Amino acid sequence: MSYFSGGIHLNNYYKYFTENLPIKNLRLPSKVVIPLSQHTGKPARPIVNIGDYVLTGQKIGESDGEISVPVHSSVSGKVTDICLWDHPVINQKVLSIIIESDGLDKSIEPEKKYSDYTKFSADELRSVIKESGIVGLGGAGFPTHVKLNPPKKVDTVIINGCECEPYLTCDDRLLQEYYSDIIEGAKIIMYILNINNCKIVIEDNKQSAIKKIQNIISNEQNIELKIVKTKYPQGAEKQLIKTVLNRTVPSGKLPFDVGVIVQNVATCFAINNAIKKGIPLIERVVTVTGEYIDNPGNYLMRIGTLASELLDKCGYKPGEKKHKLIFGGPMMGIAQSSTEIPIIKSTSGLLVLTVDKTQYNFYSCIRCGKCISACPIKLMPNMISIYAENEFWEKTKLYYPQDCIECGCCAYVCPAKRPLVHQIKLAKLNTRK
Amino acid sequence: MSLTVTVSPHIKSKESVQSVMLDVIISLIPATILAIWFFKLRSLIVILVCIISCCLTEYLAQKIMRRENTVSDLSAAVTGLLLAFCLPPSTPFWIAGIGGMFSIIFGKTIFGGLGHNPFNPALVGRAFLQLSWPKDTSVWTTPFDALTTATPLSITRYGLEGKIPDTFSLFIGNCAGCIGETSKLALIIGALYLLYRKHIKLHIPLSYIITAIIVSVLFKTDPVFHILTGGLVLGAFFMATDPVTSPVTDTGKIIFGIGCGLLTILIRLKGGFPEGVCYSILIMNMVTPFIDKITIRKRFGA
Repeated sequence: MSYFSGGIHLNNYYKYFTENLPIKNLRLPSKVVIPLSQHTGKPARPIVNIGDYVLTGQKIGESDGEISVPVHSSVSGKVTDICLWDHPVINQKVLSIIIESDGLDKSIEPEKKYSDYTKFSADELRSVIKESGIVGLGGAGFPTHVKLNPPKKVDTVIINGCECEPYLTCDDRLLQEYYSDIIEGAKIIMYILNINNCKIVIEDNKQSAIKKIQNIISNEQNIELKIVKTKYPQGAEKQLIKTVLNRTVPSGKLPFDVGVIVQNVATCFAINNAIKKGIPLIERVVTVTGEYIDNPGNYLMRIGTLASELLDKCGYKPGEKKHKLIFGGPMMGIAQSSTEIPIIKSTSGLLVLTVDKTQYNFYSCIRCGKCISACPIKLMPNMISIYAENEFWEKTKLYYPQDCIECGCCAYVCPAKRPLVHQIKLAKLNTRK
Repeated sequence: MSLTVTVSPHIKSKESVQSVMLDVIISLIPATILAIWFFKLRSLIVILVCIISCCLTEYLAQKIMRRENTVSDLSAAVTGLLLAFCLPPSTPFWIAGIGGMFSIIFGKTIFGGLGHNPFNPALVGRAFLQLSWPKDTSVWTTPFDALTTATPLSITRYGLEGKIPDTFSLFIGNCAGCIGETSKLALIIGALYLLYRKHIKLHIPLSYIITAIIVSVLFKTDPVFHILTGGLVLGAFFMATDPVTSPVTDTGKIIFGIGCGLLTILIRLKGGFPEGVCYSILIMNMVTPFIDKITIRKRFGA
């Protein structure tokens, strides 16, 4: 292994809350809010009207263009409204379809003719993946059918099971419980890309997942398990490729430029569901965790479930202290201003933290250089921060803020508690042409 | 229910400016203990005078400027301790006190406080005292019995009378010199602690010492003598590595260390003073912004 430079080792990844809890099916939500934009690219167009009765798995939003995917109803019931609703990732209200569940969960007839996928062409399978609404479930939400149609020939697919974010355990549990589905998903990807080189990467703090995968791939010739040291952000695409294949993705380029495609384990799981079982992407595993959650766990839940309903079911008590509600992990997740926010396709975790643990004054930079050592992209966050503080945006360009992956390592290690990620984000905004 | 919204990351390390400074103080404890053992109570009083003077000056300065009080971040205490370390044990207490005041006012607060100072504050104070009271700040005493003597460096530089201690005495600190600089053993133990805690990197000390060895060999003098005498070890591990006033990148640190090593030996052998550590580091401090500019890191995938 040729590990990437930088990164951080945490004393505690806080995975113990949920890592030993099997995936549980959550009761049907009473209401779902399904944003038409849950992916990178153009939002989907609504194809149902207020008052319509929809079935579980029925398409309710049609993809608009190539870089776009449809959305599906995750419950059966009546469409009560199509309106603007708060979105967990996009910082504004987004057109969403609101469905009141009738509690019956009546489902559409799944299309099973693709289950023997080798009889179909790669293009046909890609369109099935698109029609199933599958996007990258690791966090970015990039449409998977586009990723599986690279403009250059790739030779390797990496299945990302690192889950380097603290607190989150949904990928870990998925690997432990649905390992065969994930391997099947990986095979479908290899078939579509017409390659025979797949590497599953798992961090060494997930020993039971490693054992399960080791057993199942012992007879597979094309799939190799790579065990990597636990280090944040090992799961970041470019860092992962560097570690596993020792290839460096050039600045501003994408993994296929070095002949690699990276897919998250949850995406593999969803691809297998779509192709073999004919189930579109209407549910996903989400880790609900934090000290103030009575029943933390890994829950298989319908997309569109509101955080408020979820927190109620998991026994969250607001109490006296000020809290933060974070969609995603603590390093890169997004703090929400309200609990009336729906779980979307790319939501991997729901985390409640107390504020006293997270709020700090910040001080002048003491130039200790710890952010520089920690940066996996080898940037100089301290310099960007100092220039951004004075709004010298032109000067920040010398230090390439656009290359930042916003992993948060710099801000984590900073002894002066400077909001480095925030300042780099501002520098990005202000230097964009 | 009200929720708090901030930018990621939502967890941060426990390390703070205060904890970093506390670690620096901890790393200087072995040298402090040996200094008190060699130079008795007088050295302890000089150390305390410097620390109290620095902290009090910072407190008053910030009070007058109506700025947030930062004495609790311990950086003033570190400055005081390091200033005392580079003063002779026989320094008059009032001079030590003025040195502390000057360090903080003209070394730090005048530039906007910790993080904005271009020069190492302790060395600013030390340079000021040496220029203002050259006689009072160059009276050296022997360990234990406090007899007036010359330092090994001034013996060789000016050809004064006196016996140069053997290498072992120089290493453990049984020789005349400034309070904290004599015991290389104690300083290296402290430096190992800082390295273990990852507060300093080896780039500056190593390039400093290696350059000093090379230059002293080129001038046909004994490199071991140069490393073990004067404040070179103290300077290389504790003064030159001051994060605020040294370059941030690894390449920059190496350039900085080479400059310090070269200037130290040149001042010692060709300059007007027997010791060159203080001025060499101050000169390199001036060059630090320039070094930072020419050593921007090559980013991943560039």
